[in-house]
Amino acid sequence: MKISRLEAGFNYAVLSLFTISALLPLVGVVLSALTPRAEATGGLAIPSSLAWSNFKLAWAEGHFTVYMRSSVIVTVAVVAITVVLASAAGYGFARLDFPGATPVFFLLLIGLMLPAEAFIIPLYYNLRGMGLTNTYWGLIAPQVAQSLAFGTFWMRNNFKQFPTSIIEAARLDGASEWALMWRVALPALRPAVLTMCLLLGMWTWNEFLIPLVMVTDESLRTAPLGMAFFQGRRSTDYALLAAGGMIVAAPVVIAYSFAQKHFVRGMLGGASR
Amino acid sequence: MVTSGPGALPRTRRRRSWLGLAFVAPALLVFIAFLGVPLAQSLWYSLWQWDGFSTATWAGLSNYTALLHDEGLRSSFEHAGVLVIFYAVLPVTIALGLTAILSRSIRLRGVGVFRTLLFLPQVIASVVVASTWVAIYSPNGLVNQLLRTVGLGSVTRAWLGDFTFALPAIGFIGTWLGVGLCLVLFLSGVSSIDSEVFEAARLDGAGIFTEFRAITLPALRGQIVVALTLTVIGAIKTFDLVYVTTRGGPGGSTTVPAYEAYSKAFQQREVGQAAAIAVVLTALILLVSVVINRFNPKDDG
Repeated sequence: MKISRLEAGFNYAVLSLFTISALLPLVGVVLSALTPRAEATGGLAIPSSLAWSNFKLAWAEGHFTVYMRSSVIVTVAVVAITVVLASAAGYGFARLDFPGATPVFFLLLIGLMLPAEAFIIPLYYNLRGMGLTNTYWGLIAPQVAQSLAFGTFWMRNNFKQFPTSIIEAARLDGASEWALMWRVALPALRPAVLTMCLLLGMWTWNEFLIPLVMVTDESLRTAPLGMAFFQGRRSTDYALLAAGGMIVAAPVVIAYSFAQKHFVRGMLGGASR
Repeated sequence: MVTSGPGALPRTRRRRSWLGLAFVAPALLVFIAFLGVPLAQSLWYSLWQWDGFSTATWAGLSNYTALLHDEGLRSSFEHAGVLVIFYAVLPVTIALGLTAILSRSIRLRGVGVFRTLLFLPQVIASVVVASTWVAIYSPNGLVNQLLRTVGLGSVTRAWLGDFTFALPAIGFIGTWLGVGLCLVLFLSGVSSIDSEVFEAARLDGAGIFTEFRAITLPALRGQIVVALTLTVIGAIKTFDLVYVTTRGGPGGSTTVPAYEAYSKAFQQREVGQAAAIAVVLTALILLVSVVINRFNPKDDG
């Protein structure tokens, strides 16, 4: 559609002004993180010199070596296990009918809307009884369960859209159902699987309540949990807190900068956790 | 695993049908063990009075009636209601306003860059977002800085420590997060409207308001439903922001149901009461998503 230059200019101005004000808090974080600690007051100010050492100090003082390792282990495990289980379940629901498929699927769908509060209190006592609190499995298993609702739903929709003719052809060639799913359909659905992995990875990385409840052992704390404790210890050390926040946010922000279409498309599809 | 017993179904079909269950079973078992069973247990726990260690005593529905009588618990739900205005109503309204201004030129070059930037806060951990806003609301933070710049130095305060302003201050973080989400959502919806429709409207002399009411708003119904579902649920289940910024304070003025459930269960050792809060919170979320999705145009047929 043709619009006048004046109107286009006006629209750019509105959009730019709004985007800048929306990003102001994040710009503040970056500036704070680079401000020498004595100068940082929590406000927006151009630092007199760039204190890159804040990152090093925040990393050490915030014990981020431990927390980031923990987050990586939990995130990789949750995503990997969920992808396998959700692909199998999604294929089962989309391509193989079995007795009770519809009610079981709706049961899983409820999981899409459940807040963690709905199950975390008894789950804590169950896992404590099994000796799983304060272990990686205590962090991984609940988040796999929570991710399965979205994962199964997502994979089922994608397997449903996959051309039936290809599956039938491979089936006639004698391929097993597992091979049809794993070797024929999944490789062709790589973009959809990537979207799912990125969303699940982001949700797991950013999760706060489950680690807060399930672990007290410092060596198991995930990055956001560690950040909350760091915030508690250093509540007015704005430069270090800003640097710590950037460290915690960095992996997801970097992934987002490379694959923002996956994030936007996936999250705007109504996906939430 | 594969059985071939007698049955009405032909053998291959029968085999495939049990195979389907085998594909679903692992996911289903994990889901039931770590989510389904605890969910049912929440209901059961909520009928007891239990400190997490000693023997529980039957409480009947008293944990639920306490939600009405206990002022602290009742106000936590009222606070969630206030947050719905900040997290959902304001962002949807503001984003619709911006969309109205921008809808004619959504195919402007470079819109993708704005989208990427506006969406960025959505991928940042809420703990980090909260920590950022703690600095912004601090005595020398950005908010007070701006107020002093425009000569309103007398109204500056420690926003998160203020009985009146702490809850709106937390709410505003939700507004900030929500506007970006809603705007990206609505702009993507507008871009799927045929541009000839706008051109025809303009030839008919439609102004920006008529155009918005007659074209943009109806076309965005699906996106508005998604935006409301995400933001209203986000408001009702707020936890991370409150935990990091105020822990419900000062004086319980920012406490919310999810925070009460956490604090009752794991700090005050009133596990039954905590479960009742969690059950009501969950019911509220399911109810809200069902009600909002009734307006989804896809479900009309």
